[in-house]
Amino acid sequence: SVNPDLASERQTASFCVEKLTALLDGGTEQTRIRRAVVEAIQSDPVFSTENQYFQTQNERYEAAVRKAVHLQKKMHEMGWTENGPEHKYIYRALSGDVAFLLHRVFMRSISVLGSDKQIAKWIPLATHLRLIGSYAQTELGHGTYLQGLETTAVFDIATQEFILNTPKISAMKWWPGDMGRSATHTVVFAQLYIHGKCYGIHPFIVQIRSLQDHSLCPGITAGDIGPKMNFEAIDNGYLMLKNVRVPRENMLSKFCEVRPDGTYVRQGSQKINYFTMTTVRISLISDEVLTPLMKACTIAIRYSVVRRQSKLKPGEQEAKILDYQTQQEKLLPQLAAAYAFHFINDYLQELFDRGYREIQRKNFDMLPELHALSSGFKAVITHHCTAAVEICLRACGGHGYSLLSGLPSLYTKILASCIYEGENTILLLQTARFLIKCFMAASAGQPVPPSVTYLAAVKPGKCPAKNKLDFLSPDIYTEAYQHVAVRLISSTAAKLQDLVQSGAKKYDAWNQCTVQLVQAAKAHCHYITVKNFAETVEKLETKAGIQRIMKHLCDLFALHGIFSNTGAFLHDGYISAAQMDMVTASYLDLLAVIRKDAVPLVDAFDFTDKSLNSALGSYDGQVYQRLYEWAQKSPTNKMSPAYEKYLKPLLHNTLSKL
Amino acid sequence: AAAMTMNADLRRERAAATFQPLLLTHILDGGPERTRRRKEIEALVLNDPDFQHEDLNFLSRSQRYEQAIRKSSLMVMKLREYGIADPEEIFWFKSFVHRGRPEPLDLHLGMFLPTLLTQATPEQQDRFFMPAWNLEIIGTYAQTEMGHGTHLRGLETTATYDPATQEFILNSPTVTSIKWWPGGLGKTSNHAIVLAQLYTQGQCKGLHAFIVPIRQLGTHEPLPGITVGDIGPKFGYDEMDNGYLKMDNFRIPRENMLMKYAQVEPDGTYVKPLSDKLTYGTMVFIRSLIVGDSARSLSRACTIAIRYSAVRHQSELKPGEPEPQILDYQTQQYKLFPLLAAAYAFHFVGAYIKDTYHRISGDINEGDLSELPELHALTAGLKAFTSWTANAGIEECRMACGGHGYSRCSGIPDIYVTFTPSCTYEGENTVMMLQTARFLVKSYTQVSSGQQVTGMVSYLNDLSRQRIQPQHVAARTVTMRVNDPVSLVEAYKARAAWLVEAAAKNLQAELNHRKSKEDAWNRTSVDLVRASEAHCHYVVVKLFAAKLSEVTNAAVRAVLTDLCLLYALFGISKNTGDFLQAGILTSAQITQVNQHVKELLAVIRPNAVALVDSFDFHDVHLGSVLGRYDGNVYENMFEWAKKSPLNKTQVHESFHKHLKPMQAKL
Repeated sequence: SVNPDLASERQTASFCVEKLTALLDGGTEQTRIRRAVVEAIQSDPVFSTENQYFQTQNERYEAAVRKAVHLQKKMHEMGWTENGPEHKYIYRALSGDVAFLLHRVFMRSISVLGSDKQIAKWIPLATHLRLIGSYAQTELGHGTYLQGLETTAVFDIATQEFILNTPKISAMKWWPGDMGRSATHTVVFAQLYIHGKCYGIHPFIVQIRSLQDHSLCPGITAGDIGPKMNFEAIDNGYLMLKNVRVPRENMLSKFCEVRPDGTYVRQGSQKINYFTMTTVRISLISDEVLTPLMKACTIAIRYSVVRRQSKLKPGEQEAKILDYQTQQEKLLPQLAAAYAFHFINDYLQELFDRGYREIQRKNFDMLPELHALSSGFKAVITHHCTAAVEICLRACGGHGYSLLSGLPSLYTKILASCIYEGENTILLLQTARFLIKCFMAASAGQPVPPSVTYLAAVKPGKCPAKNKLDFLSPDIYTEAYQHVAVRLISSTAAKLQDLVQSGAKKYDAWNQCTVQLVQAAKAHCHYITVKNFAETVEKLETKAGIQRIMKHLCDLFALHGIFSNTGAFLHDGYISAAQMDMVTASYLDLLAVIRKDAVPLVDAFDFTDKSLNSALGSYDGQVYQRLYEWAQKSPTNKMSPAYEKYLKPLLHNTLSKL
Repeated sequence: AAAMTMNADLRRERAAATFQPLLLTHILDGGPERTRRRKEIEALVLNDPDFQHEDLNFLSRSQRYEQAIRKSSLMVMKLREYGIADPEEIFWFKSFVHRGRPEPLDLHLGMFLPTLLTQATPEQQDRFFMPAWNLEIIGTYAQTEMGHGTHLRGLETTATYDPATQEFILNSPTVTSIKWWPGGLGKTSNHAIVLAQLYTQGQCKGLHAFIVPIRQLGTHEPLPGITVGDIGPKFGYDEMDNGYLKMDNFRIPRENMLMKYAQVEPDGTYVKPLSDKLTYGTMVFIRSLIVGDSARSLSRACTIAIRYSAVRHQSELKPGEPEPQILDYQTQQYKLFPLLAAAYAFHFVGAYIKDTYHRISGDINEGDLSELPELHALTAGLKAFTSWTANAGIEECRMACGGHGYSRCSGIPDIYVTFTPSCTYEGENTVMMLQTARFLVKSYTQVSSGQQVTGMVSYLNDLSRQRIQPQHVAARTVTMRVNDPVSLVEAYKARAAWLVEAAAKNLQAELNHRKSKEDAWNRTSVDLVRASEAHCHYVVVKLFAAKLSEVTNAAVRAVLTDLCLLYALFGISKNTGDFLQAGILTSAQITQVNQHVKELLAVIRPNAVALVDSFDFHDVHLGSVLGRYDGNVYENMFEWAKKSPLNKTQVHESFHKHLKPMQAKL
């Protein structure tokens, strides 16, 4: 039965939860398919995650391999295909705990970087798992800066082979998933040398383990890099190459080829490849970033209406902790952010689909903008959501700290997203470079891409709000965000120019402005997110109750951003001190309004209990019972050798002998 | 032998420092003699083969518990063997043995024994203290329940007195009343001090403490009526058996109630205790420890991140030149140096609270409790303020180490998961901030009614003279000199005063609208927390600035002054809105602050490694491959990884179980 404290929250929803779920899924048909996939996977005992919090790294890895193998069978059984509508829900249903994810990256890199001949040879083998692939780019000493990679591939004309080497310890490949224990092959990125000349980084297919007995191939040293904060199921690996020879045909050669005589030939445009790298950053947002945040919000908010602590009014029952303003102020902005980023993700997906169609038509005009957006948003969203999950974790007090709450593993997983696919600070600086360039162009009256046209229309002025209700007008706050973005970008551009004019070298001026540049890039993304949320809400008109609640969330997201960055808005007096008090008042009022719909708003995310895997966040709210039953299954509650070995001698007078 | 040489980058960094790290270490330790003694104890532990073991990162939870209990028992014996009895020296010893991690006897040593000393009658001490001292009795302190933490009055466990048998009957009447979280309760302890609602003669007399045996001496099996176990895996605290305890009509003799203060007589008559303010003292002491822990944990993370940032090279700053140390990037300095400054600030704050506590604990024993309320309120806020900052700071340090920070070999994940519960335990931080706010509002009300207040809140006295509307900008503006810590303290003072006043006024406005005090308080609590934070921030800046004048060595004072300025200015640049809205600083001044922050980053850069060396963490204690003193990071990461459990066999058994059968079928 459902805990009455949770049940009562659901009776007062101001909107239709099922309709909101459909909106998030992109339609009722999508909801139906998603639920079917989740049901099929979660009812299959092989995919169970029940005991995962109790398992060791070895057990987690083994389970992940077992699941990956079983998934092949399952997909076949269910008639799901790689291109089918079900596919995108499989990973969500599995909560990610499955091996061979890098195998897909291996296949994609061959499809993108390989010649037709290479694709014809490798893709069928990989599709049928005759081999297991990985993708070895990052090295011990180099991540972000690809030109700095140290692995070498020297072409030997005599044998028509490349000789691959790890010349020093920092050149060891380090981190690639599936490579520590599983992979038989990997795409290795190495500096290509022909006749002693370096041609830069190129990809090579290298076999690392025997297809017969899985032992390491000659010249290969490989293994697992050891325990991490999360991803226990994944065998992130290291790889050392010593005079490993691969045939000339193993260099992926869609764009660059080494002819038998050692001639190096470039062909085609790398731009599509460049675009693919860019799309990866966007494609990870949904599963790796938004899903964990939505789960964390679900757990923390449900628990906050079950948990009662202290009294708000003397003589009454202890209050639900969600009734405390400070608890609302922790959780509700995170909930609003989950929705804000969901909608910006939709917007970005659409933009990238359009970009893809343009690129197919050999029109590359959109590329710089797409690159800037993908870098900036990947950084902003991963950073914001990671912080948000941690807030949810800490908002659950002591019980949040138990692995059984589900929150620690959500947190340790999402935080990796701040680093992989481009370290966030570096990505923000790439966005900033684009913004500065566009700002200069716009100032000179040249055309700029659509997302930055606002930079051309710099309007000085003041915020026109007269009372606190004015701050619930999307025009008012969107303008304020725009103003701050323009101010930060233009002042940084001016600073850069000043420095250069006063004799600083360009790179030096850049490094001196990087702190400001990062802030400018964040302000730009924040502005676009608010603007997009407001525009999305406007389009929702017809749906019962949904638009109103989404409007509240949009207002909350926007005002929370101002409340937490008051200085940026006050700095040039765009918002006055008196207006800032109105912002605060409106913001705090909204907390109380959204509080009433908090549980329905997380119910709409529609996670099954198995997906949440949390003692605190289940749909029925039987928190304490579940926590108690679950804890008893912990392996630490089986007889421990510690008593016989240490405690017993300790308790039995070892000390009194002293 | 090659691996023994120091990384060239780190050698250069150390050679370029403008001061002697050892002198700064002395300041942190409280004098050269303390440093010497600390290192002596460190050597005693770290050179002792009994305390060696496999890297804990590769062990399961059960194995980690086992190692911890092994070391703990040896630790207790050796402490006595060496005659180490000074609390700080015991703390060092323990911290080296367990390398900064919690251990299963923490509650026995830190709560069970002290509670016996302070709350047991002489008869009870005779019965329990020596057996506990000799570890025949191992106890824990069971207060928190599954459904109740912060709000003590809400605890549900009952102890009903039965005059017929002269026993208390203990019960856990609901699931939510099960004791949950106490350290050492799950597997280690055979006794617990249980807090329960006392019922006698049909009346509830509130919370009292009872000594409850939970496991059979000899077999260690749970006693009939007792259900006890481990609460399962957590984010960290792997070596700690946090436990649950459920009691069903479990009877203990009347003499097992801790009766130094309150008493139940044989016939069931209840005798009230005299004062309950005394418990303030213990709380102040424990919170001062957490402030110190914030400083230490953040210092460890900074040590790792800054050393690694000096070793790691990446990308290019100048076209055509070799890749620079990542510590040369402004963005990296901006992430790390303010945290380094905060770590120093918190060290001095922790030392200040401890000294103040010791100074007035004499008064407390004499019955003079006049200074306690302020100290109590202040430490609540500072506990929250420093632990929040350190918690976020540790994560920032980890992120600053990129991918490798995410590996357990960096040591930072462990620092984080060990530290982060301090935001919750010993008073949840938001609740702590609100306690401080209560004191601030009370002081503000006193000032409003014409009384003077003293101590750290005395700046509120100025408000009555000003009587200025918050919007009235120009009147509050301070003349700020970015190079003068004293002038920055004034800016923080003005900000605190502004926020305390704003919160107090908002609270009054709510009270005018509504009937209930509690409701008004709740609707102002976000403002109140902001006010407390600003107050604590002011106190930290003030104490840091005050510390500078005590430093005699000019080179050390210079570098600490840089850190103090950075701490203060960075804080302003992160909270510009407050200073602008209150009219304390102008936009032009803010721009100047931002500029000076960046200049200070460059000034501190050459001393960064020496500043973390001064924390003087031994490599074993630091537990980080990235933060090694010799900087030989990459070689040792490889050595570390080879020991990973997944690497135990060349071909993992999963290959035979899953991969091979599948490949055969395809």
